[in-house]
Amino acid sequence: MRRAGAGRAGLLAAAGLLPFAAVVVLFLLIPTVVVVVGALSDDGRPSLSGLTAFGDPTVLRAFARSTWLSASTAAIGAVVGALVAYAVATGAPDGVLRRVVTSACGVLAQFGGVTLAFAFIATLGVSGVVTLWLRDALGVDVFANGVWLFDMPGLVLVYTFFQVPLMVIVFLPALDGVRPQWREATVTLGGSTWQYWRHVGGPLLAPAFGGSALLLFANAMSAYATAAALVSQGAPIVPLQIRAALTSEVLLGRADLGQTLALGMVVVVVAVMVAQALLQRRTSRWVAGSAR
Amino acid sequence: MRRSTLRAAAALGAGAVLLATAACAPPEREQDAASSDAAAATSAEDLGGMDALVEAAEAEGELNVIALPPDWANYGAIIEAFEAEYDITVNSDQPDAASQDEIDTAKRLAGGDRAPDVFDLGQAVALANTDMFAPYQVATWDTIPDAFKEPTGLWVNDYGGNMSIGYDSAKVPAPTAVADLLEPEYRGAVALNGDPTQAGAAFAGVVMASLGSGGSADDLAPGVELFRQLKAAGNFLPVDPTPATIASGQTPVVIDWDYLNAAQTAQLPTWEVVVPAGAVTASYYHQAINADAPHPAAARLWQEFLFSDEGQNLWLAGGARPVRAEAMVEAGTIDEEAWSALPAVEGEPVLLTPEQSDAGAQQLASTWAQAVS
Repeated sequence: MRRAGAGRAGLLAAAGLLPFAAVVVLFLLIPTVVVVVGALSDDGRPSLSGLTAFGDPTVLRAFARSTWLSASTAAIGAVVGALVAYAVATGAPDGVLRRVVTSACGVLAQFGGVTLAFAFIATLGVSGVVTLWLRDALGVDVFANGVWLFDMPGLVLVYTFFQVPLMVIVFLPALDGVRPQWREATVTLGGSTWQYWRHVGGPLLAPAFGGSALLLFANAMSAYATAAALVSQGAPIVPLQIRAALTSEVLLGRADLGQTLALGMVVVVVAVMVAQALLQRRTSRWVAGSAR
Repeated sequence: MRRSTLRAAAALGAGAVLLATAACAPPEREQDAASSDAAAATSAEDLGGMDALVEAAEAEGELNVIALPPDWANYGAIIEAFEAEYDITVNSDQPDAASQDEIDTAKRLAGGDRAPDVFDLGQAVALANTDMFAPYQVATWDTIPDAFKEPTGLWVNDYGGNMSIGYDSAKVPAPTAVADLLEPEYRGAVALNGDPTQAGAAFAGVVMASLGSGGSADDLAPGVELFRQLKAAGNFLPVDPTPATIASGQTPVVIDWDYLNAAQTAQLPTWEVVVPAGAVTASYYHQAINADAPHPAAARLWQEFLFSDEGQNLWLAGGARPVRAEAMVEAGTIDEEAWSALPAVEGEPVLLTPEQSDAGAQQLASTWAQAVS
């Protein structure tokens, strides 16, 4: 940072940060502290008794399911999204394909929550348009073995719907950073396509790919409204367990459990985001360097 | 919207901030002498009779109710009738809120003019919060069976119903017992109104399933097992049933209170309701006055109205069983047409004690999620 014009200008610059800092403190710092303090105290005294919840099989199953859901949709999203992004990146820079795909992904990556859940209920629900068409026109009953849309398989399908476009958005810049000259250099030196990907393209893109996949994982882990609108039985994943702890009219006084579960999610997401930040740093190093 | 954990945490934090603000004492409302008399009255006689109660209530001019959906047990008509009879405006707050929300709102708004005057609560929430209620005995107190009221009048059961199976007779055969639902004709058809670890109605649905499968009020395991089998057979439909899903045919079989199921026949004429024989479980709601009611006289007049023949018949017209039904049948004051339209019941209904409810809820907390997902 340059120190020229320090003093007044520096103060002004700092003042410009104030609104951002206020938002971060209000909506990020305070709530996190509230959750952590709440989970680690009992009647206002520091206590680890809340953490015994992590020994409850129901809670452990919810974390296992959440992790499985996040990992599988992140894996599907990362692979499919990367392929789409590759197709876009190798196309014409101002082509129709690129413009259509990037703007569609921009919309679809944010098309989550209740809207998405109802879109799937209307198309693939019990009396959804596609379900009825498949049954009447092709004789295929998609729910022959039970209605899976409102359970874990349904969540995987619906989550994938917003994971793929998000992957395209976050992975495309890394692919754009790949110079055609590197490919040409490999070929000039007698390298095959396989060798190019094995020794040049792959290693260069790996950190960006891994970082994007981790972002997808965190995205799925923390998604709530989509699952809340879709799943009404059993609260299979952690965000739904938190809802149950806060709103149940059958099991009362479990707000503490909600905070403990939230703490568990904060820990998982923080770990993932730290790993993502480390990978991102490696990526930006060569992307910035190659931009010259 | 999908929310990040941190944003979800922000919501929790904002809630905490709200609570903290609420904890700072709000400006005390001014109470005139009549109101403070009413706040201590445990019957209309304490205020000098019904006329004096009406006068005090109309002087207050307003009544705050909460969590009373207009299409639930006929509450829309009940509120209209009360407003027509007395010069009092009813402010209906958060009609779709749950029982716990009623208590939370009363605590948050305590001391203010907008706090709820009266509660209509599920059993668990009512029994956990009796220190917030004001004891009051309505004029018809003696005709309410002892099992349905707290001896001093802290709470009184107001209306209830039996667990039932509602079904679209155009799509599925008529079930007579809970176990019938395991038949292949019910594939992908059986919905339960909510998650039984969260919603009272769904909890009672599992109790019904238990009673119908050899279980008892003390052991809900057979009920959970029945739903596990329904799930394994592909018959269980994990959709939250609503009037919309029933009308559109997405949920051809719904396990819910008979008064909620019966209300669906109006929009879907082929919708039938059956209370399975030998698996009858009933539950009544708990009516109570907020001890810190901003309109104490109106709150008491509302009770008098609800437990009068007129109020009880209005609930009955909505398909619910009013608590004074038997006394009214004897006295000949019941709405005969509505009374005979209720689904037939074979056998004595099983009512869970608070201890049994607690134990059952704990049992479901550790077994339900695994059974159905």
